[in-house]
Amino acid sequence: MLTFTIRRLFLSIPTLILISLAIFMLLQLAPGDPMAQVPLTVPPEVKERMRAALGLGQPPLVQYWKWLVQFFWIEPQVLIDHWFGTSFAEGKQRVISWQTRSPVMDIVVQRIPQTLWVVGLSYIVGILIALPIGIYSAYKQYSVFDQSGTFITMIGFSIPPFFTGPLLIVIFSVQLGWLPSIYDTTHVVRDWASFKVQFMQMVMPVMVLALQTTAQISRYMRSSMLDNLNQDYVRTARAKGLREGVVVMVHVLRNSMIPVVTVIALGVPAIFGGAIITENVFKVNGIGQLLLTALFASDLPMVMTLTFIFAILIVLFNLIADVLYGVLDPRIRYD
Amino acid sequence: MTDQALDPYAALQDKEPPKAPRSQWKDVWDQFKRHKGALFGGGFLMFITLAVILGPYVWQVDPQKLDIRNKDMRPIYVALWDGSAKVGWFRPLGTDNLGRCIMANLIAGGRASMAVGWAAMLLALIIGTTIGVLAGYFKKLDFWLMRFTDLVLSLPILPLLLVAVTLFREPLRQNFGPEGGMFILIVTVVGLTSWMQTARIVRGDILALKEREFILAARSIGTTSGKIIRRHLLPNVISPIMVSATLGLATAIITESALSFLGVGFPSDFPTWGKLLADAVQRMEQYPERVVLPGILISLTVLGVNYLGDGLRDALDPRIRGR
Amino acid sequence: MSLKTVLMGAVAATALAPAAFAERGSDGALRIIYWQAPSTMNPFLSGGTKEIEASSMVIEPLTRFDETGAIQPWLVEEIPTVENGGISEDLTTITWKLTPGILWSDGTAFTSADVKFTYEYCTHPEAGCAQITKFEGISSIETPDDLTVVITFDAPTPYPFAAFGGAESPIIQAAQFADCIGPAAPTCTEQNFNPIGTGAFVVTDFRPNDVITLEANPNYRDPAKPAFASINFKGGGDAIGAARAVLETGEFDYAWNLQVAPDVLAEMEGSGRGELMTSFGPSVERIMLNNTNPDPALGPDERAVIRPHPFLQDPAVYNAMSLAVDRVLLAEIGYGAGGQVTCNWVPAPAAYNSDTFTCDTQDIDAANAMLDEAGIVDTDGDGVREKDGVPLSILFQTSTNSIRQDYQALIKEWWSQIGIETELRNIDASVFFGGDAGSPDTFQRFYADVEMYTNTFSGTDPQAYLANMLCDKAPSPSSQWQGENISRFCMKEYDALWNTLAQTSDLDERASIGRQLNDMAVSNGAMIPLTHRGDISAKATSLEGVRMNSWDSELWNIADWSRSE
Repeated sequence: MLTFTIRRLFLSIPTLILISLAIFMLLQLAPGDPMAQVPLTVPPEVKERMRAALGLGQPPLVQYWKWLVQFFWIEPQVLIDHWFGTSFAEGKQRVISWQTRSPVMDIVVQRIPQTLWVVGLSYIVGILIALPIGIYSAYKQYSVFDQSGTFITMIGFSIPPFFTGPLLIVIFSVQLGWLPSIYDTTHVVRDWASFKVQFMQMVMPVMVLALQTTAQISRYMRSSMLDNLNQDYVRTARAKGLREGVVVMVHVLRNSMIPVVTVIALGVPAIFGGAIITENVFKVNGIGQLLLTALFASDLPMVMTLTFIFAILIVLFNLIADVLYGVLDPRIRYD
Repeated sequence: MTDQALDPYAALQDKEPPKAPRSQWKDVWDQFKRHKGALFGGGFLMFITLAVILGPYVWQVDPQKLDIRNKDMRPIYVALWDGSAKVGWFRPLGTDNLGRCIMANLIAGGRASMAVGWAAMLLALIIGTTIGVLAGYFKKLDFWLMRFTDLVLSLPILPLLLVAVTLFREPLRQNFGPEGGMFILIVTVVGLTSWMQTARIVRGDILALKEREFILAARSIGTTSGKIIRRHLLPNVISPIMVSATLGLATAIITESALSFLGVGFPSDFPTWGKLLADAVQRMEQYPERVVLPGILISLTVLGVNYLGDGLRDALDPRIRGR
Repeated sequence: MSLKTVLMGAVAATALAPAAFAERGSDGALRIIYWQAPSTMNPFLSGGTKEIEASSMVIEPLTRFDETGAIQPWLVEEIPTVENGGISEDLTTITWKLTPGILWSDGTAFTSADVKFTYEYCTHPEAGCAQITKFEGISSIETPDDLTVVITFDAPTPYPFAAFGGAESPIIQAAQFADCIGPAAPTCTEQNFNPIGTGAFVVTDFRPNDVITLEANPNYRDPAKPAFASINFKGGGDAIGAARAVLETGEFDYAWNLQVAPDVLAEMEGSGRGELMTSFGPSVERIMLNNTNPDPALGPDERAVIRPHPFLQDPAVYNAMSLAVDRVLLAEIGYGAGGQVTCNWVPAPAAYNSDTFTCDTQDIDAANAMLDEAGIVDTDGDGVREKDGVPLSILFQTSTNSIRQDYQALIKEWWSQIGIETELRNIDASVFFGGDAGSPDTFQRFYADVEMYTNTFSGTDPQAYLANMLCDKAPSPSSQWQGENISRFCMKEYDALWNTLAQTSDLDERASIGRQLNDMAVSNGAMIPLTHRGDISAKATSLEGVRMNSWDSELWNIADWSRSE
């Protein structure tokens, strides 16, 4: 198992380099212009100078090499400096965003709290709702509960958040006035009262996102349970007189969780990707909104860095999912 | 002469005339029929597909025709409880803020959404199945194809989708027109980023099937690889393929609507269900029907597709069939 | 008199006259939402409107424009003129006298050295400064003493107020930015995010593209101002969410640039929590007419370069096209209260707004008659008129934007009624306005017969804007397709009159020439002006002192804002 993990880790390095090159080259083809948002009152020759100040004129491979060095060599040094108070990165050029002229990683770090609060929490809430629904629907297949569960989760899956978001805002913020429609990213939780404020502002975005998670995970849970419920070992367990609760909740559930756990692990990178639409609707301004504004402003260093961080997370969690699979299911052996 | 030769065996013959052998597909259909949800789902999908294909010939109103005098009309059913509402049979589902017929827009939007869904699904299906079968059957290709699958799996999809749309929109637009270019782009992007699951599942199943006796038998009588794949392997993996196909169709429709909302989807004068919904959100209090109608259509389609997938899986899996 | 009476009197006094005894920070927190979030506080590095607006709360120019477009002294004693000796007779120097006693927010004195430094900072060749045009024509800046700035121009400059005037040209502190000159400018993150200013507020926390937290400047020159102790300046989301937060839920006090359908806004305003405000600058949505031939059959060096257009320069054609358009309807469906009918290229300031034309009634019949009279008729019976055998088929392009597509659809319909066939095309805004010399789809390339977009100018003097129609400003392959004369308009009389404008200093005279230039361009087929676009913002009903301004930052007088209650 250990050798498998180590081998996969080494294999992922060339994969990541390849991905970074692929993303970079894709971005080079972009027709967008970082100066497109500057008003028409600024003359073209001034825009040309501004572009030159951003280093746009350099050949793509030079830009790519610079980015590689900045991301893999200088940024880790900044991190070390930050942790140990050293000064390795002093005076070295970091990855700079074209929009803000500030280091990309600083902004990313700034955005992580609200992304984790909202998107991460919604993932947990979604899973907590989805598991019981999935288990019970499978146990009572084709019952009213199963049918209505399928119906509701499917509607949840098919209604896009750009509709559910404003709908919740109209109901709970405009009509009832209970919840804020705009998320305050500067809010700090210090005591019970401020926690309550934080809770109120998170309810709606978390629920909108959890709806999507619930729909997917409960489908997986249900089908995995169904596969196991008809297995011979279940019949054996019942035959030897185990109580129904023990059969379902211990024997079947444990075996059914194997694929579900991997599915859950595979979904984790998406948390860090943020939720572009929901963040936009509730003004959460997390990683998703950061990527969107960077894309529209043709802020290539920002887009490049963000997509690459996602790629690292996806590769990492793919690996974790595979390892988990092996740990949970002793029948699977990697060699 | 042969008759006579066979005569001694006459006693072994059945008294009754032989029944036609039950074909596999009849079994499948019988099982499928028993799944009410699947019947409904398939029926609805067929209905919607036909409606959006034939709709424009029946309801001949140009969806883009502006008619300022008849703007903001309500659907005809509003007259049931609100006698003063601005309604009319010539615009049965009302008009939008510039007087465009909502019914015509829903039909045109459905055409686009369904076309995107079907095309992206077929593309993903073809790529996924091909790669899965090749990787599972030919040992030499397995390693490389699966590493490639991993690579694509590790690309962040939605960000890349946005990047790809901003990148290739203009060149494609020039070559295929605004709608055609966008259609190709969305279909390709959704298709190219959603085949990996199919490929993985198909490969796993093929790997297991390959070691079974019937394949060994087929190979020992000299069946070529191509024939083994077509005759013996593909029919056995059709059930996972069907399931991922149905999910693919739903995902494509939803992805398109998300892109439209972010303003990077089809051009603004080209309706799709997702875009009709996105455009109507700001007036949902005054004109709820404008969000509800496309919303219901998207939901029912996704629901229908999902039930159809459930039913097909049950019907196509011989182990579940007859249960 | 007992102590109690004294106390009672004091209480009564504060209760009776809150305005007179207003004190700094007494009104708590002000919440502003800009749905396009600022990415930096340094307007010299961005040039975007959102950054200029945000920075105007912190850093200030020498003069500001008020809501009527009049110049107001801000950090100076008075506006220099030739009469008061501030401007030299030959119009080549201007002398500014800074108001004594102004402090930066860090407590140091604001001096003429800071003004000179700002000029050096922006005009450094490697800085990539977005506002460098404000300093065009300046040959040197002298600082005889701490409170005097003498700007010398290399030629007579009748309008010398562009430098250090308005929110686009504020003054930054020399001490803070000393190490950020030239190529180092983008690396000064700390300075760019937290500039030290003379304005009413100081940045306490800047989160790019998200939220800015500010607090009252303890060293602000008026001890009673600002009334608000802090500002939460939120960014992100969309215009409709921002409008809702002020007008419907009351979570915010001020929302900027509400590009939302007029009927939706009116519905929201009905909730009574806030009110909409509009103001008009010189923004005009217009259709530019191509004066060159954009025929794709022409080679790359000739397409959209050689004159004339096969039919668009015929007065009957462009006048009929203009007459067939219902501008009132367009303004109403597109911009509501934020749109007015205009027939002019320069509709503001009021002195420059020509009253030569009227165009608020659509007349399809008259337009048809006009074309018939000019002999442009449909000869082959396909419903499209021909001029000298060339059918009046028009390719109409614009940027992708739902309002523009509605405009396009309506105009196409109207033009079809006068026998002009129109093909519509829309191009992604980042490409259309992107200025990429290699792209065939930029508005400068103009590979179409007509195109629609909005343009404006900053400040109140249109001289540079009127220069957009000079013959030699036409984009062409030799200029890398750069140049402001998008319609490739060319008229000797126009060039001559513009040169007169450039040498006139009398304001009334300048306005009169400006109006003539406007009339010349419009009546000779440079463009069809459609809608005079204003800015729409919303404020909470409890917010007082807001003077909506299209000439400067909308937050120009934020020091005077207060909360009633």
